[in-house]
Amino acid sequence: MATDYVIAKQVRKHFGHQQVLNQIDLTLPAGMIYGLIGPSGAGKTTLIKSILGMEAVDSGTVKVMDTVMPNRAVMAQVGYMAQSDALYETLTARENLTLFGQLMSVPKIKLAQMIDYAAGLVDLTSQLDKRVSGYSGGMKRRLSLAIALIQDPQLLILDEPTVGIDPELRQQIWTELNKLKDTGKSMLVTTHVMDEAERCDYLMLIRHGIALAEGTPAALKQQYAVDTIEQVFLKAGRMQDANDGNR
Amino acid sequence: MRTMAIVRRVFKQMLRDKRTLALMFLAPLLIMTLMYFLFQNNTTQVASLGVHHVDQSVVNVIDTKNVTIHHYDSSQARKMIKQHDLDGYLTQKNGQLTITYSNSNPTNTFLIKASLQSGLVKLKMKTLVTVTKKQRAALESQQAALKKLTAAQTQATVTKLKTAIAQAQARGDQATAEKLQKQLKQATATTSSSTQSAKATSYTTKSHYIYGSSDSTFFENFLPAFLGFFVFFFVFLISGVSLLNERTTGTLSRLLATPIRRSEIIMGYLIGYGGFAIIQTVLTVVFTITVFKIHLVGSIWLVFLTNLLLALVALTLGIFISTFANSEFQMIQFIPLIVVPQIFFAGLVPVDGMASWLQAIAHIMPLYYGANALTAVVTKGAGLGDIGVNLLILVGFMVVLTMLNIVGMKRYRKV
Ligand SMILES: Nc1ncnc2c1ncn2[C@@H]1O[C@H](COP(=O)(O)OP(=O)(O)OP(=O)(O)O)[C@@H](O)[C@H]1O
Ligand SMILES: [Mg+2]
Repeated sequence: MATDYVIAKQVRKHFGHQQVLNQIDLTLPAGMIYGLIGPSGAGKTTLIKSILGMEAVDSGTVKVMDTVMPNRAVMAQVGYMAQSDALYETLTARENLTLFGQLMSVPKIKLAQMIDYAAGLVDLTSQLDKRVSGYSGGMKRRLSLAIALIQDPQLLILDEPTVGIDPELRQQIWTELNKLKDTGKSMLVTTHVMDEAERCDYLMLIRHGIALAEGTPAALKQQYAVDTIEQVFLKAGRMQDANDGNR
Repeated sequence: MRTMAIVRRVFKQMLRDKRTLALMFLAPLLIMTLMYFLFQNNTTQVASLGVHHVDQSVVNVIDTKNVTIHHYDSSQARKMIKQHDLDGYLTQKNGQLTITYSNSNPTNTFLIKASLQSGLVKLKMKTLVTVTKKQRAALESQQAALKKLTAAQTQATVTKLKTAIAQAQARGDQATAEKLQKQLKQATATTSSSTQSAKATSYTTKSHYIYGSSDSTFFENFLPAFLGFFVFFFVFLISGVSLLNERTTGTLSRLLATPIRRSEIIMGYLIGYGGFAIIQTVLTVVFTITVFKIHLVGSIWLVFLTNLLLALVALTLGIFISTFANSEFQMIQFIPLIVVPQIFFAGLVPVDGMASWLQAIAHIMPLYYGANALTAVVTKGAGLGDIGVNLLILVGFMVVLTMLNIVGMKRYRKV
């Protein structure tokens, strides 16, 4: 399994006058947790949406599973968790999961089993038949994650998956993500939590639409001669500002 | 398969939203009931009519429970009306009837007008039963009187004339009825009122009425148009708002992050909300027919079919319009712009008599075609062949709007 799940080359994207993505290259091989970090408004969500084919890029190419995006069929192999929860509030969690399972073409006989699995993973099993309108923010977040897992995809694209989730459950989810990784699945995760960034196999730091730095957490710390990813984040940002100021 | 997943979701969501369900199913019944009593209730109102030197046969037919007759010895209508506080005054000179309305109360004016006209028609029908030359002459004089009055005729009473003609036909008096129809046409064609000349064309339509009641009401005449309007209104609103919700809560773009086709989403909506539209139509139609004893001349299936098509147009229009709204409030703002004007072109005002630019507007209104077809089926017993063109145009609206909707979703996913 030496294939690359995602290959993005020279991706550019602008909104109005703002260049949101500037020649981003990203390669996500099988069996890796790839972290995207960067300040708010850096362009992380836009990059994810471009990879999924939900935003049209200005230039550059994106391939997912060796297929040029946008492509409808490939969507079935990607589990996506959006930054903001998009759930049907009048339906129960089970009904939400069923709907997305059916849309993802999960076979009927496997669906109930997959719902149990995904709900178990995010600790929602006991609340499955409750309507989403009665869920707390963290519960909704967990349900969104369960929906991303419903078809047991090879590639997971998770936009800030652990926001609003308590530390204990967060540990549990990361343990599970690592287990999934060991079976050859890959994850593209954005996060603002630096200890989560440390857990990634590979990191890309985006700022103002530019890939400022990338590498394994250890390599990044070494490169910037600091002890934590947080310090990498801050130092790289200061350096970029200094550079811009010089221009 | 994916379409059905969407359909199931739409059903579940609707069934849980009891308020919306009630709005969709009960509100039309409520409004219909209100309208029924509103338009029937003038039976309790009585207008007073003074008569001077009018043939007894004419007085007899005008004398209904809505009009009380007072005989006077003066031909000075104006004076008598003021003096005796009458609503109208009728005088006769040879074959010519002259009516003067006080018109201080339009309802009473209408009551007199209506009973005078339906009375004259009744009278005419009586004379028609045995056709002799003499009776023919009498008829013609009545005809002349009628001609005078038609200028002020309302649409409701025109329908009454038609109904009466049909009565003759029902009795098998075909030849006379046809002859009379021609005369009627001539009579109305000469009046200057554009409304009347417009309506005249409809006399030429073949009407095989079995419907016997000579007191068809305002309510019955406009019922088909309102049937269509309710379906249109509620389906437009509910489908528009629900797609808007999908857009604003992000579920729409989340749906498009699955392998679903854009067309499958739209189809799911069409089937899901179309299902509720069918239930609404069946409920409303069956309710009006059984509770108000409305006589349905044509096929009930054609009524359902027309309403369903109208609902599908409303559905696709609602979805389309919702793309231009950013909130439910903005969606509501489209109702006076898009939905309410449709009712004016649904047959309440005869479209043929409108200014040509208004007619042009009428022809881009889906409800114009739908209500026309419904009216034709309910009151004239039109068949599929008669309303086929209207139905095809509705299908056309639906197809074009569906395409636009499918293309419009490209905003959320490029394929
Ligand atoms: N639809 C849009 N129209 C215009 N500008 C947009 C749009 N979407 C995003 N942007 C802009 O693009 C930039 C990047 O946004 P993006 O959502 O990718 O940021 P992000 O890195 O995900 O931030 P956060 O960490 O806060 O989620 C922002 O400055 C935002 O204002
Ligand atoms: Mg984001």
